[in-house]
Amino acid sequence: MTPSRIPPLQISAFTATSAVGVGKAALADALAHSRSGLRANDFGASPLPTWIGRVDGLEALQLPEALAAWDCRNNRLAWLGLQADGFMEAVAAAHKRYGPTRIALILGTSTSSIGETEEAYTQLVDGAFPPGQQRPKVHTPHSLALFVQQALGLEGPSETISTACSSSAKVFASAERLIRLGLVDAAVVGGVDTLCGSVLFGFNSLELVSPEPCRPFDADRNGISLGEAAGFALVERGRGALELLGYGEASDAHHMSTPHPEGMGAERALDDALARAGLATDAIDYINMHGTASTKNDEVEGALVARRFPATTHASSTKGFTGHTLGAAGIVEAVISLLAIETGLKPGNVNTTTLDAECGPQIKLQPARGEVHYALSNSFGFGGNNCSLVFGKGAAA
Amino acid sequence: MMTTPKTPTLYIEGPAFWAATLPGWEIASAVFRGDGAPADPPAKRPSPQLLAPAERRRAPDTVALALEVAGAAIAASGRDAADLPCVFASAHGDLGINDYMCSTLAADPLLLSPIKFHNSVHNAAVGYWTIGTGCMAASNSLAAYESSFASGLLEAAAQCAADQRAVLLAGYDMPAVGALASVTTSREMLAVALVLSPTRTARTVASFEWSLAAGALPATRVRSDAARALEVNAMADALPLFEALARGESEALSMTLSPTLSLQLQLQPELQLEALN
Repeated sequence: MTPSRIPPLQISAFTATSAVGVGKAALADALAHSRSGLRANDFGASPLPTWIGRVDGLEALQLPEALAAWDCRNNRLAWLGLQADGFMEAVAAAHKRYGPTRIALILGTSTSSIGETEEAYTQLVDGAFPPGQQRPKVHTPHSLALFVQQALGLEGPSETISTACSSSAKVFASAERLIRLGLVDAAVVGGVDTLCGSVLFGFNSLELVSPEPCRPFDADRNGISLGEAAGFALVERGRGALELLGYGEASDAHHMSTPHPEGMGAERALDDALARAGLATDAIDYINMHGTASTKNDEVEGALVARRFPATTHASSTKGFTGHTLGAAGIVEAVISLLAIETGLKPGNVNTTTLDAECGPQIKLQPARGEVHYALSNSFGFGGNNCSLVFGKGAAA
Repeated sequence: MMTTPKTPTLYIEGPAFWAATLPGWEIASAVFRGDGAPADPPAKRPSPQLLAPAERRRAPDTVALALEVAGAAIAASGRDAADLPCVFASAHGDLGINDYMCSTLAADPLLLSPIKFHNSVHNAAVGYWTIGTGCMAASNSLAAYESSFASGLLEAAAQCAADQRAVLLAGYDMPAVGALASVTTSREMLAVALVLSPTRTARTVASFEWSLAAGALPATRVRSDAARALEVNAMADALPLFEALARGESEALSMTLSPTLSLQLQLQPELQLEALN
């Protein structure tokens, strides 16, 4: 069933904080100069031999007194991310325009505060959490949205979407539905995920972690580099300079941790996103691919882009810059797609030297500049959970 | 009190329920109406038929719970699961696997099991559901602490109304395990499911009007002792709706989304043709 076209929504503010720095300027600079933010793994007591996208300064960051009960690495990164690019001020202005109950808060995360729960397990007293860890709202997936809701003073519908690596792409879909139905006028969407033992040792147990900086779509790629990031966007009813035009959500119905071999779920997400935007593949100027640098993902996604897009489309994965930020990947790459539209910067594939022969001419190693009217961002997760987003330049641009 | 504009009327099919004391909608609805007694002895764990016997034994508790009620809701709705977008909600995800992950990481992180790791994602249950049913539609997995069912219902209702297609909703939580039990209060197992449809069908059991209301409105309380005994579970905010569906009376329900926002439902039961025969 092909979805109908949706009215565009304006993206009135957006920001991302990752291993390449705090806010959009640091991100755009890294993308323009093909500067990776990855470093040799120095996270935790016994670091695995891999590379990570770690955000500096979180260890020393202190939450304001009123929010101190929410303290954990994930909420600290959320707080750092909210300070960038005037995002808090933009939300405060929307708060005045619409009222706090008319703004939804929909955030994606894969592991939320589990790093704090891991920490608590090293501090047990008689098999129980010590007094300082008796914080039930921190040791639960919704910790992130509960914290951000209080930090922003929002009172609208709030949920945490946790569909692994598609989490913070799907937030745009949920927000669009609430706005279209008139349940809210605007939504703060985004996602935050932080490095923790669960994901470093978990992906290691699946033999998906590279001992080197990840090389998306390289013929010799050998796994992912994990990263951490926070990103947010303010989505409002009406037209604007930057717009959400479409989204597609679909399932592989294939395997928990391996993508569908023909990319059927990914292609369905792509087709639904294009249908909602009322566009064909040849309209897309830039594709931010999921491109994790795992053998399977890149093979399947590379083939999908090669068979569906014209040679003129510029496609790249930015995982080599930030690492795979899991539940935050969707929003970080949405921000990169919005920056591409705003500035004309189409990033390359950093770290990659020899493209896999199965990739089409769309995937570019070097960044390029040019008019970007329409950008597509792909996010695919464990459980075969796929989401594609289409953003565009609005009439107001 | 400020309420949102009129949203389309939606229709409920195939209510499904599982708790150890109320293992299935037939027994749960009878007990909620005051027409029956809880299972004695209580059931141990659901065994969803969607999984092969070996998988069924190995499945994490949340997967067993979710697949049991999702399968029952689909069967009662008479629909093909492959066609339905699905929204799964769980406040905490699989607390047993979280306990395993955190304990193993504290002891020897290199011993972490790859299967436990991929089962640790919050969307494991909906992932297994889509794999088992061949469903390639949109699937979602969300958490909203003690308002997880109400938030899942809002997400599913919005999707059903916005896209004008039926949506499967499942909500489930399990007891806290190990050291997590010293901070996470969820106890017992509870799972619920239903299908939301944009149109009335022969399988419709109730219709509802829905809106958001700002302000600190009190949530509808449970009425039966059997439901009250399940309020220790993190999915307990689903209980008043399922009690109301069992009673089959017109009623207004208020479900808490946050201290200052609620989801208001005006529930209208459908006359059941089977019941008239």
